[in-house]
Amino acid sequence: MKKFSVKTIVAIGIGAALFFVLGRFVSIPSPVPNTTINLQYGLLAFMSVVYGPVAGALIGLIGHALIDFSWGWGIWWSWVIASAVYGALVGLSAKVFKMQENELGKKGLIKFNIAQVVGHIICWGVVAPVLDIVIYSEPLEKLFAQGLFAGISNAVTTAIVGTLLCIAYAAAKPKAGSLTKE
Amino acid sequence: MTNLFNYIERSSPIHRMTGAAKLACLLLWSFAAMSGFHTLLLAALTVAAVVLFRISRIRVKDISFMLGFTFTFMIVNNLLIYLISPEHGVSIYGSRTVLLELFGPYVITAEQLFYHLNVALKYTCTIPIVLLFICTTDPSEFAASLNRIGVSYRISYAVALALRYIPDVQRAYTEIANAQQARGVEMSKKASLIERLKNVSAILIPLILSSMERIDTISNAMELRGFGKNKKRSWYSARPFGAWDWISMAVCGALVVLSLVLTALNGSRFFNPFV
Repeated sequence: MKKFSVKTIVAIGIGAALFFVLGRFVSIPSPVPNTTINLQYGLLAFMSVVYGPVAGALIGLIGHALIDFSWGWGIWWSWVIASAVYGALVGLSAKVFKMQENELGKKGLIKFNIAQVVGHIICWGVVAPVLDIVIYSEPLEKLFAQGLFAGISNAVTTAIVGTLLCIAYAAAKPKAGSLTKE
Repeated sequence: MTNLFNYIERSSPIHRMTGAAKLACLLLWSFAAMSGFHTLLLAALTVAAVVLFRISRIRVKDISFMLGFTFTFMIVNNLLIYLISPEHGVSIYGSRTVLLELFGPYVITAEQLFYHLNVALKYTCTIPIVLLFICTTDPSEFAASLNRIGVSYRISYAVALALRYIPDVQRAYTEIANAQQARGVEMSKKASLIERLKNVSAILIPLILSSMERIDTISNAMELRGFGKNKKRSWYSARPFGAWDWISMAVCGALVVLSLVLTALNGSRFFNPFV
């Protein structure tokens, strides 16, 4: 088993707690009935960039599983796994494209948004429906319709919330070499 | 707030089982239910789940809210399946018995009804077990259980941390939300959707930045106490397995085998009465 740093473990724990609170209690009613806008994916994308793909995957997995548990409908594994994959994808692309979370300029923000949109497309357009078919054998059209709605609304909220978070975080953290000799 | 996961303390054989055994049973049971569409097995599991519920002495009124929510979800899901794909049953079972012609593409076929019955049974055989697990397992035992069934203790500890900090994060969220609303940040329906999203960010930014400080504090404290230095760790709430734990895990394991055997004998995951 690969060793996690203590910080990663704590980040997973607190990240999952945040994911849970946002997903469970902070819901913005959307124009479409019975659906709420999920803010937690903005958080997940941001945390994945800061703490890496492993933390992102586990925050998605634990946070989403806890939300499902607390509603009591059992764990909808296909979507829980899709959340985990999303965290991993954004975290990986942050590594590959060398996004520096504390100095994301305009370029970094564009990269971040491309990564998060592609991540959402893969997760809700491919991973979640395919798993749904394997596990629950539901009709294809229904799943892709659901996935499409979830993917688009999640991508929009991630774009707004995630981007604002990245900007705020970059402003709050001192940059490398920001000290000048007097 | 403390009862977020609806743990209900009562004295019953199911409460006395260890959390690890219950978690293992829950996973095995859901796997048995998920792996196939064998109608009789699903129906038997549903009956067994209801019986187990009686044994646990959890009353229906304890969980009526969750039950109502779940059943709405199940009905909406079934309706959605029918609306979008009214011929799905036909494509699965390979025959078409029209019972009633509605309008347009909407025809009621015996196959479709049977498929919906199976989907509904899938819910009814797993939901009671999940509720049972939630209502009879102390959340603090949950993390210890995860470690027990083979999840690395670092990840189990992350789950324990999440459970521990959910109330704190919730409190911080409420405080920040109240403060921002007092400063005139509009969160109600009066603001437009985009506006509301932006305003929520005004709460999220302080919440998340303060949480990140908290991550630093906690990880420093854990590091100072030598967390993660050894290969194993012990849990305050872990208990040794008893006879019932082994028996129930064996039964649930047998259910998985049964479901797989049925699939193998049947040649497909679907029990098909239409051939």
